[in-house]
Amino acid sequence: MSKNKEYLIKRGKSEYEVIIGLEVHAQVLSKSKLFSDSPTNFGAEPNTQVSLVDAAFPGMLPVINEFCIKQAVKTGIGLNAAINKKSIFDRKNYFYADLPQGYQISQYKDPIVGEGSILLDLPEGEKKVGIERLHLEQDAGKSIHDIDPQNTLVDLNRSGVALMEIVSKPDLRSPEEVNLYIKKLRSIMRYLGTCDGNMQEGSLRADVNVSIRKTGDKKLGTRCEIKNVNSIKFMQMAIEYEANRQADILEEGGSIDQETRLFDTKKNETRSMRSKEDAHDYRYFPDPDLLPLELTDDFISKIKKEIPELPDEKKKRFVDKFKLTPYEANILVSDIETSKYFEDVIKNSDIKLATNWITGELFALLNDRNLEISQSPISSKNLSSLINLIKNGTISGKIAKTVFEIMANESKDPKSIIDEKGLKQQSDPKEIEKIVDDVIKENPKNVELFKSGKDKLFGFFVGQVMKKTDGKANPKLVNDILKKKLN
Amino acid sequence: MSDIINLTLSALIDKIKKKELSSQEITNAFIARAEKSKDLNTYITTDFENAIEKAKKFDEKGNFDYKLPGVPLAIKDLFCTNNLKTTAGSKILSNFIPSYESTVTQHLWDEGAILLGKLNCDEFAMGSSNETSFFGNVESPVGKKVVPGGSSGGSASALAAKLTPATIGTDTGGSIRQPASFTGTVGLKPTYGSCSRYGIVAFASSLDQAGPMTQDVSDAALMLDVISKYDIKDSTSVNFKRGDYFKSLSSNIKGKKIGIPNEYRVDGMPKEIESLWQDGITLLKNLGAKIIDISLPHTNYALPAYYIVAPAEASSNLARYDGVKYGYRSEGENLISMYENTRSEGFGDEVKRRIMIGTYVLSSGYYDAYYLKAQKIRRLIKNDFDEAYKSVDAILTPSTPSSAFKIGDKTDDPVSMYLNDIFTVPVNLSGLPAISIPAGKDKNNYPLGLQLIGKAFEEQNLLNISYSMEKELSFKNNLQDWWIK
Repeated sequence: MSKNKEYLIKRGKSEYEVIIGLEVHAQVLSKSKLFSDSPTNFGAEPNTQVSLVDAAFPGMLPVINEFCIKQAVKTGIGLNAAINKKSIFDRKNYFYADLPQGYQISQYKDPIVGEGSILLDLPEGEKKVGIERLHLEQDAGKSIHDIDPQNTLVDLNRSGVALMEIVSKPDLRSPEEVNLYIKKLRSIMRYLGTCDGNMQEGSLRADVNVSIRKTGDKKLGTRCEIKNVNSIKFMQMAIEYEANRQADILEEGGSIDQETRLFDTKKNETRSMRSKEDAHDYRYFPDPDLLPLELTDDFISKIKKEIPELPDEKKKRFVDKFKLTPYEANILVSDIETSKYFEDVIKNSDIKLATNWITGELFALLNDRNLEISQSPISSKNLSSLINLIKNGTISGKIAKTVFEIMANESKDPKSIIDEKGLKQQSDPKEIEKIVDDVIKENPKNVELFKSGKDKLFGFFVGQVMKKTDGKANPKLVNDILKKKLN
Repeated sequence: MSDIINLTLSALIDKIKKKELSSQEITNAFIARAEKSKDLNTYITTDFENAIEKAKKFDEKGNFDYKLPGVPLAIKDLFCTNNLKTTAGSKILSNFIPSYESTVTQHLWDEGAILLGKLNCDEFAMGSSNETSFFGNVESPVGKKVVPGGSSGGSASALAAKLTPATIGTDTGGSIRQPASFTGTVGLKPTYGSCSRYGIVAFASSLDQAGPMTQDVSDAALMLDVISKYDIKDSTSVNFKRGDYFKSLSSNIKGKKIGIPNEYRVDGMPKEIESLWQDGITLLKNLGAKIIDISLPHTNYALPAYYIVAPAEASSNLARYDGVKYGYRSEGENLISMYENTRSEGFGDEVKRRIMIGTYVLSSGYYDAYYLKAQKIRRLIKNDFDEAYKSVDAILTPSTPSSAFKIGDKTDDPVSMYLNDIFTVPVNLSGLPAISIPAGKDKNNYPLGLQLIGKAFEEQNLLNISYSMEKELSFKNNLQDWWIK
């Protein structure tokens, strides 16, 4: 493990290291809920995706959704984690208006997935972050306090939706590492198709555990848990605030209270929600409505066969086979759709050009229009043709940029754009020679100066030729002919 | 009329099939008797008008091949019934009308049975005398001011008083067998996993099991044929090969090995129970069975373990009754006070007692000492039975340590009330099937029952042994109809 560029909190002579662990709640990508057959579509009308089981009617019983189990196992495999062949669903008991059963079905002592790891690409090298466990649990409903002035309203659409809680070891050391960790985790789950990772829709949230210790100390400090943070930016802000808050307390000779805190996104600060003493006693016990979950080797090995090439392997392949730099490979594999797009383009086109065009022009375009690559106005097929037109000399790189812009607006294939707009490169040496002759004739003074040693003027002649051809002249031919004529 | 109500379930079915009686005649007979038997307080909700309507329809174009063709039945109010109030004997569900049907009751209707109404029971099935019901205590037809047992007290009373030809109850720690024993009727608790729990208001999920309560063993076999089915909606339902219980009934038990557990000879057991048991042993010997003394060494720990496990599960199962979604709500100034008011007013004392016990034994710091230990004991008790079943086919014990008691006698002493379940709870903790059959009477002429405990999923064996005993016992309740108005 190489050392991360250190993120330290400084107070006078003291330096504090920040220790971060994450409990990520990732919504399982599944058409139906963990223990009922209700749909899980986002944004549906309140209380339209609720079964009698989800609303905890008397005598209703949970029945495990096998697909969700598969998804959790798949994720576990993607996290290089141990799959537990026997796991147990427990009840976590507490009262809340949006928790219809009065308990959440979760996994406590015996989760479905055990220890694993995630590899982060830091500028200094790779870092392995430990995964403590992954367990399945039900989501609660939603209490809505701001519609009715007198009453709290409850929407049970989310009640019973399957979540994977993925708990990291306290291996993260900076907000930037948290950023990379979440992105990598999200990327792996999207590769696997087990979570869409959509943070705006709440498919991915995290509880962030933060503690600090003086650099060099071995013992971990007392941690605070910041609940339910739903964007990477807020996680980073919350960590920054919390680490500094703790440093202030320690500097003044105080001590940190173990507590649960909330991050106020408007004030950019964390504040106490409840102390350890007030912590809920959840009275966990095995859910008697569900038998222990036992997985067969066959079930697990079948899932293993379904695992696609994951980002780390793909990156290695891109570097080894396509001779990309690790940096380029990283960018291209971080999102599965991007890597697919890239591989589509290079099926018939030059790798180097494809890499440059995708990470350069295409990313700029998508970024500008706030689009996912799957929504790209330029299909991989069209980008591939464009690259081939550059490669075979039909158009210059410069003209290609113009064509690209038109493609971005009209989604046409580059060939027809070139034909329509007459953008084809002039590659006939005779015609170019004629134009070169004209340029030399029209600029006797500069020819004189060039010949007397002003080499820099060569560019001027190229420019003049291009001007006369609307930029369409083959630059290599122009260079060659000019050199011949001027010398 | 009086003939009709005195017929067993199988005799009634026979007469319907032979068209000697119509569904309407039978339904009307039981309704008429129920109308005159209101003092027993067996019904929480009647559905007589609909029942008559359904009977009429059945007579017009019913399917006589059904197992329960046009037979009217009243059932325990713990089973959710579509469109008909289901209270679980509690104020908190006193206005609750399900939009769904329990699997077990659905099986009854699918075989042609007709719902008469919902029978009283202890609140959330927590009780041994039917005195914890929000809808008042039930009186037993065996004697004035006598409890019918619990929690299926309304069912037992209605059955013994001939207000329904048969019924179904639920048994978490003896709630079918103890009231059957108290009322001179047959009560069968099937193996855990035989009958679906879907749609039954949960008390203690790992122990709850529905089962038949009938006038004789044949009727129990017949009802079991109908209600014992694998159900994908209950994850604890077991997909085993079920027998054809009624058709396979046999009274030949020659060579069957019956175990007599030494540990069930408890201190202070009345003489009459002792001799009832002894007579049962003699009878089995005469029927050709082999009697073997066995030991179930952890029996003493069964009751304490049960009163940890059952309340623990109940405390969690009853958390859903919070006034938010359905059922009784008492407003409060905020969420917490609404919860407190709703649950304080909505639950009775016994339910609150068990919620508190359950909450306590699951609390951090006490979990290991109570809940976990109780689960270990549960395993040991199960092991005891497994060990015993290496040498015997079934086990004979008394059903209860005493006969029925008077209303109010034990309400101030929960522990003495809990002791009623001493012979029945080990069976639930082990998931085994057991049946209580009427075997005699005490000095007050109150019925006494014997319990046969079988191997898991071997209900047929249990039914055959009790069937053969029943023939010889020829028990008669001889009730005087003193409650009829």
